Amino acid sequence: MERTRKPAVPGWFSEEGGFRLLGTRCPACAAVFFPREDAYCRNPHCAGGGAMEEVPLSRRGRVWSYTDGRYRPPAPYPSDPEEPWEPYTLLAVELEAEGMVVLGQAVPGVGPADLEVGMEVEVVGGVLAEDADTVWTTWRFRPVGGRA
Amino acid sequence: MTDVAVLGAGMHPWGKWGRSFVEYGRVAARAALADAGLEWSGVQSVVGAGTVRGGYPGYVAGATFARALGWQGARVASVYAACASGAQAVAAARAQILAGQADAVLVVGADAAPKGFFAPAGGDRPDDPDWLRFRLLGATNPAYFGLYARRRMAVYGDTAEDFARVKVKNAAAGALNPLARYRKAVTAEEVAASPVVADPLRLLDVCATSDGGAALVLGSIEFARARGVADPVRIRAVSTVTPRYPRTVLDLPDIATDSACGAGAGADAGAASAAVPFRASIARAVYEEAGVGPEDLSLAEVYDLSTALELEWYEDIGLCGPGEGASLLGKGATALGGRLPVNASGGLASFGEAVPAQAIAQVCELTWQLRGAAGARQVPGARVGIAVNQGLFGHGSAVVAVR
Repeated sequence: MERTRKPAVPGWFSEEGGFRLLGTRCPACAAVFFPREDAYCRNPHCAGGGAMEEVPLSRRGRVWSYTDGRYRPPAPYPSDPEEPWEPYTLLAVELEAEGMVVLGQAVPGVGPADLEVGMEVEVVGGVLAEDADTVWTTWRFRPVGGRA
Repeated sequence: MTDVAVLGAGMHPWGKWGRSFVEYGRVAARAALADAGLEWSGVQSVVGAGTVRGGYPGYVAGATFARALGWQGARVASVYAACASGAQAVAAARAQILAGQADAVLVVGADAAPKGFFAPAGGDRPDDPDWLRFRLLGATNPAYFGLYARRRMAVYGDTAEDFARVKVKNAAAGALNPLARYRKAVTAEEVAASPVVADPLRLLDVCATSDGGAALVLGSIEFARARGVADPVRIRAVSTVTPRYPRTVLDLPDIATDSACGAGAGADAGAASAAVPFRASIARAVYEEAGVGPEDLSLAEVYDLSTALELEWYEDIGLCGPGEGASLLGKGATALGGRLPVNASGGLASFGEAVPAQAIAQVCELTWQLRGAAGARQVPGARVGIAVNQGLFGHGSAVVAVR
């Protein structure tokens, strides 16, 4: 039986028509929020007004910083303690249009040695975990321009 | 006059003792009371800084510490603000004293930390950003420290050797502190030989999680004088500020920063000061309240969750300009014997983190230093000290103490 693909967190990204992270924008002051803020605008200088609007975030950004996880993180990170730990790479990526830094794991196979601060990366779909019925999808960052 | 007197300071040694946090807090409280020359029945209020147990502040701390000391009907308050819990406890006690509600207040914080990475409370809790960063990214605390460290290397040219030098400095100070968990000198080679935890940081760059307890007895200046203490160490200012929107520097436990877009809408002076990063704003607030500046300091206790983060704090509290932290360290200015020793206690590098106790422990160190009672790690002639720290989710923590 085919397993169902489900987002690991609902409403944070869209896979239709090219992968995009989804934030929200305040119609009054244009502030953008990720993770999405649906109930209110957090800008203290904004009088508010109107419902928050869903907005796709930039497809590309530049590496603000990066690191990796050499030890298995604790729950609730989905990881089988019976399996050997494979380090993952974590990126902080600056989205210029939004003036925002967003965290995400690198696509598998990209390590710290493949990265530099300032390098251009793009957001793509990935898999966080799989179980008997479900493939849990997430976002990943991948260097643009052929490296790794 | 907004000074309150530090009548007593006491700690339970940091370590991995395997006992209840209540026991550590009780030992620290007894030590602080003895240091103050006060009976437990002589304080009118107790403020407990909470650890977290099963998703709520452990035994809701203040009353639990009071019970362990023997309930005597004191006014009680309990605070939880992650690593800033201790500073909020000090702030609450100070407010009660300045409001005339109590002559003497006991402040206690203690923790028995689990082994390994800190983890969020269990269950399926996608409404909690702290749960989500572990769930979706496996982003442990050291992962954030690794991101900050790599950023410094790229922007300022810091090196792994600079970071190791912080550990060497703090271990040398901690070796002189009988209350520290780690009391051995560490070499740069030992740091470099320790395993990488979160690139570029190694095990000896990252602070451990520890058991420990710390307590203070605070009182009014009049009460101190009436007890024959003419010149007590004084807490002159406490800063417990939040960040200002937009916070554009990544911080635990967030998955993204605020957006700089839209910040100008309806902006006033607030938006201009938003350009001051959070940690710097914590220090700025406490300097302003105390009427002192970095040039007045004799010493500083800063929250060295990682070696690289200690360098950030140098810049944030105004000891040097942005990017100059490693240079200041390299000149020996922040070591014992230097112009402005930082983490004369040995810092988190020597203690490890006992979350609700830590900000209180920082003030204990300032107290002993300002009294000239810090033994082999004494900063000569110390008159003004700052302790800074920050708690998860945006809790500022800073204290200025003077003599």
